[in-house]
Amino acid sequence: MTAEPTRGPRRLTRAPRAAQGVGVSVARPDGTLKVTGEFAYASDMWHEDMLWGHTLRSPHAHARVLSIDIAAALAVPGVYAVLTHDDLPTSQTRYGLECLDTPVLADGVVRHHGEPVALVAADHPETARRAAARIAVDYEPLPVVHDEATALADDAPVLHPHRDDHHAPHVRHPNIVHRQPVRRGDPDAAAARADVIVTGTYTVGMQDQAFLGPESGLAVPAEDGGVDLYVATQWLHSDLRQIAPVLGLPEDKVRMTLSGVGGAFGGREDLSMQIHGCLLALRTGKPVKMVYDRFQSFFGHVHRHPATLWYEHGATREGLLTHMRCRIVLDGGAYASSSPAVVGNAASLSAGPYVVDHVDIEALALYTNNPPCGAMRGFGAVQACFAYESQMDKLAAELGLDPVEFRRRNAMSQGSRLPTGQVVDAPAPVAELLRRVKALPLPPERQWETAGAAPDVRALPGGLSNTTHGEGVVRGVGYAVGIKNVGFSEGFDDYSTARVRLEVAGGEPVATVHTAAAEVGQGGVTVQAQIVRTELGVQQVTIQPADTRVGSAGSTSASRQTYMTGGAVRHTCEAIRERVLALGRARFGGTHPAWEHAELLLEDGKVVTEAGEVLAALADVLDGQAIDIEQEFRHRPTQPFDRMTGQGFGHVQYSFAAHRAVVEVDTELGLVKVVELACAQDVGKAVNPQAVAGQIQGGTVQGLGLAVMEEILVGPDAKVRNPSFTDYLIPTILDTPTLPVDILELADHHAPYGLRGAGEAPTLSSTPAVVSAIRAATGRALTRVPVRPEHITDTP
Amino acid sequence: MDFLRPASWQEALAAKAEYPTAVPIAGGTDLMVEINFDHRRPDALLDLNRITELREWETGRQTVRLGASVPYSRIMEHLRAELPGLAQAAHTVASPQIRNRGGVGGNLGTASPAGDAHPALLASGARIEAVSVRGTRMIDVDDFYLGVKRNALAPDELIRAVHLPKATGPQAFAKVGTRNAMVIAVCAFGLALHPDRRTVRTGIGSAAPTPVRARVAEDFLTAALADGGHWDSGRPPAPSVAAEFARLVAGAANPIDDVRGTAAYRRHALGVLARRTLGWTWQAYREQDRSPACA
Ligand SMILES: Cc1cc2nc3c(=O)[nH]c(=O)nc-3n(C[C@H](O)[C@H](O)[C@H](O)COP(=O)(O)OP(=O)(O)OC[C@H]3O[C@@H](n4cnc5c(N)ncnc54)[C@H](O)[C@@H]3O)c2cc1C
Repeated sequence: MTAEPTRGPRRLTRAPRAAQGVGVSVARPDGTLKVTGEFAYASDMWHEDMLWGHTLRSPHAHARVLSIDIAAALAVPGVYAVLTHDDLPTSQTRYGLECLDTPVLADGVVRHHGEPVALVAADHPETARRAAARIAVDYEPLPVVHDEATALADDAPVLHPHRDDHHAPHVRHPNIVHRQPVRRGDPDAAAARADVIVTGTYTVGMQDQAFLGPESGLAVPAEDGGVDLYVATQWLHSDLRQIAPVLGLPEDKVRMTLSGVGGAFGGREDLSMQIHGCLLALRTGKPVKMVYDRFQSFFGHVHRHPATLWYEHGATREGLLTHMRCRIVLDGGAYASSSPAVVGNAASLSAGPYVVDHVDIEALALYTNNPPCGAMRGFGAVQACFAYESQMDKLAAELGLDPVEFRRRNAMSQGSRLPTGQVVDAPAPVAELLRRVKALPLPPERQWETAGAAPDVRALPGGLSNTTHGEGVVRGVGYAVGIKNVGFSEGFDDYSTARVRLEVAGGEPVATVHTAAAEVGQGGVTVQAQIVRTELGVQQVTIQPADTRVGSAGSTSASRQTYMTGGAVRHTCEAIRERVLALGRARFGGTHPAWEHAELLLEDGKVVTEAGEVLAALADVLDGQAIDIEQEFRHRPTQPFDRMTGQGFGHVQYSFAAHRAVVEVDTELGLVKVVELACAQDVGKAVNPQAVAGQIQGGTVQGLGLAVMEEILVGPDAKVRNPSFTDYLIPTILDTPTLPVDILELADHHAPYGLRGAGEAPTLSSTPAVVSAIRAATGRALTRVPVRPEHITDTP
Repeated sequence: MDFLRPASWQEALAAKAEYPTAVPIAGGTDLMVEINFDHRRPDALLDLNRITELREWETGRQTVRLGASVPYSRIMEHLRAELPGLAQAAHTVASPQIRNRGGVGGNLGTASPAGDAHPALLASGARIEAVSVRGTRMIDVDDFYLGVKRNALAPDELIRAVHLPKATGPQAFAKVGTRNAMVIAVCAFGLALHPDRRTVRTGIGSAAPTPVRARVAEDFLTAALADGGHWDSGRPPAPSVAAEFARLVAGAANPIDDVRGTAAYRRHALGVLARRTLGWTWQAYREQDRSPACA
């Protein structure tokens, strides 16, 4: 499909003025509802006469399914349907984001712990659960592959023997999902010029998105044989593209509406209950609700790829990088999900925001029997950032340079070239971001000391658990900076659609916006309304529910939705403004010369000149007519990376953030208190400064979680050992430090309002900054995240 | 699932005698999690929430009789002076929401090695008041924990209260977790000085199949304090004594490797906690007026 070129934003000499418009911290409409518990999440949906769906999942990581006996489950009173692979309605029984490799229900083999095997619909969730427990599945366990050695052994079980995806012909072992080299310059010759060379192997554990609202949806069968699906997701149209074929329905018979989303972070890019709920609804002829509990949720979505990263860097005595070599192995788990794109990101961003002309890079993702991994905030760039920033510290130490100064000497800037050959053609204030976090005053020492006798343990490592009153506590400070791409890359036709209607109601001009953009908590609906106020000069803006009656908005991921759907709304508003002005000229053209010549704006419900002179009221121009336009918006096209060299204009835009972490470590117990985690980030334009600060703080804390506690533990049997919030720990407010935020706004002229996607970059550098600070406090190498007390205390 | 809601303690005892498999529910902060996880699906629940006396306590001359369902938050607020070790332990439990519902009776009912009340109960020398229609018996805390999540209650018994000696000296509780709040113990340690008897008692959590005391360590320290005349002089025990105490505490544990931590780390951390809690309690002992009238 050829990308329809997008008309560049018509540049006005002066930005329109609008109350509650672009650049203002407009309060979000869902904020109060959420903190008071009144917001309706997907799990709150209810339909008269509805049934409850339940998923039976595999207890094995790899097994043949010899037989499934559903008789006992069907016999349970209140059960309406029990479905297995044999009940699927068409010959297409697999789905997937990039490769159609994921069975809707296990097809003779289960490839990971928790894989869906059968479905039950019953009149009560408990009945469904009990019935599912009565399904007798006869498994024959198979050997598991759980790491690179077992996956790529010559005699390794091949997880997907009949691959036909477009990466399959290019990989040297069928258990490699995708491999992307990036080669540039002459690393061997450059290495010979290096005065110091440092190498390291780094490990990143499996992080979970840990969104608070578990997977939920309601499927309602329709009289036309189709289905209406209300669901919490990140990308309605991508879901639709995957759901309809396996239901055997045309896409227009599957109507999707977004329901309240309780966080996503990438974990809702893949399907969870969507197809299952629809299958049960179509089979029983009744509405079916499915809500995962937390245990199911841990198996119901993909996680962040665990990774092993080997790096070599060289530098001259002057502190300039000579070359970099790295090998990044990502564990994709049993199904591909978005592994190929994660590989592309990891490979292309593996050098970080530094100028290195000579590189030899390899990134790959494996198929294993571990839980499937896919999208999570940071998407391949997080793992790389932990490794290259650890290397930067190591190099600086080796050279006797201050770590910030060393980074400054190698920092990229506008005009620098990435290992992919792509020139960064927008501001890249890497050194400036580091300078800013470094310039902040340090938080006071020994904040646990109080006027009274007893220390405030909340300010100490261990917190309320009362493990130290200052004994063994050492402070450390660390820095890190990262680079993240924004939007979909590698030649993907990435677009968003917005429909905007302008009309007069009760004498006032009002606008209605309809997009399919998933509001997952990021504040997209707030931003859309701000853009309409700015562009059309109306105060009253209604945002319609997101659904598939309007064109695709693309994914709420890749830091792209303000850029893309914000861009689409703006783009559509520009078309509306032109229609308004055409109407105005037709109606009032003779009344004032400015109608023909001047640049005209819509402000405050009126058509005004640049100088602010009012030409007409919008209501009079429209005169009862409504203007209703739906348009697509595309960012500039990108290119795939060359399969051998990784060269190509692969990314749309880059986003940069830097952190300074101040930690206090109980060096005897290995417990950590992050005291402060300061972030400076360039967002191009803060469309909603408060929302931007929220993204930066949230991303920062998620990175802190990866640094010190968040990990899904998977045994050598490939089974998940901690699928609950009892033992998958996420930071509490006592683990959350002071989070100073410094927002830069250096416009990227390729993007609407000059904005830069902001949601992911702060997740990258947060983790290595915290670990760097722990290293500074303890002197330990700490090559693995999350850092555990065992690592700090050097106990086995 | 049947739901029994006795209006009085007598009714509760009668119900438990009639339906010994009925599972009592107090705050529900353990039980509902187990039900939610499908770890157990009892035929019947016996709701204790209408029995108000379970949420009350009486402070006697030498002991506190703590109703089984007194929530942790009340212990923290009202019994810090009398039961400092338990109050500190209570403060480390979960979050404010859970502390408003959960109590020591439920902790004992579950008898998880990771329950935070246990080290404090062991260190203070508590006794559990177990009651049935057959009568009342007092179970020494040392005899209460039988195995992983198994306790000494008979099928028809309920916990009415826990009797704890009022502290006669400083007590401390510390627990290691990989999060700074709301975390299940990787390991925990309670220490109580008993200047009235010139002894010390300990409790170890999450580092053996049941909560345990470090008896050899207690005996060692008790002897060392006596031999060195520390109770009278107030002088802190020598670092070598503290180190040996720490070593013996670590040795008393019988930990395992699990998702929360390794056995080796648990032992290591217990040693650190033992040394630190000894330092804190002794410091407090020196600072408080040591005349017997004040005990
Ligand atoms: C989010 C969360 C965090 C937690 N964190 C901690 C923690 O940090 N530390 C910790 O120790 N615990 C923790 N817990 C567990 C729990 O809160 C405690 O064990 C609490 O003490 C249980 O008390 P309860 O009244 O809620 O017990 P319930 O759940 O009502 O009962 C627990 C068990 O005790 C039995 N029981 C209750 N009362 C009696 C009685 N009077 N006689 C006989 N049997 C009885 C019940 O039958 C049941 O088997 C946590 C729980 C949650 C949900």
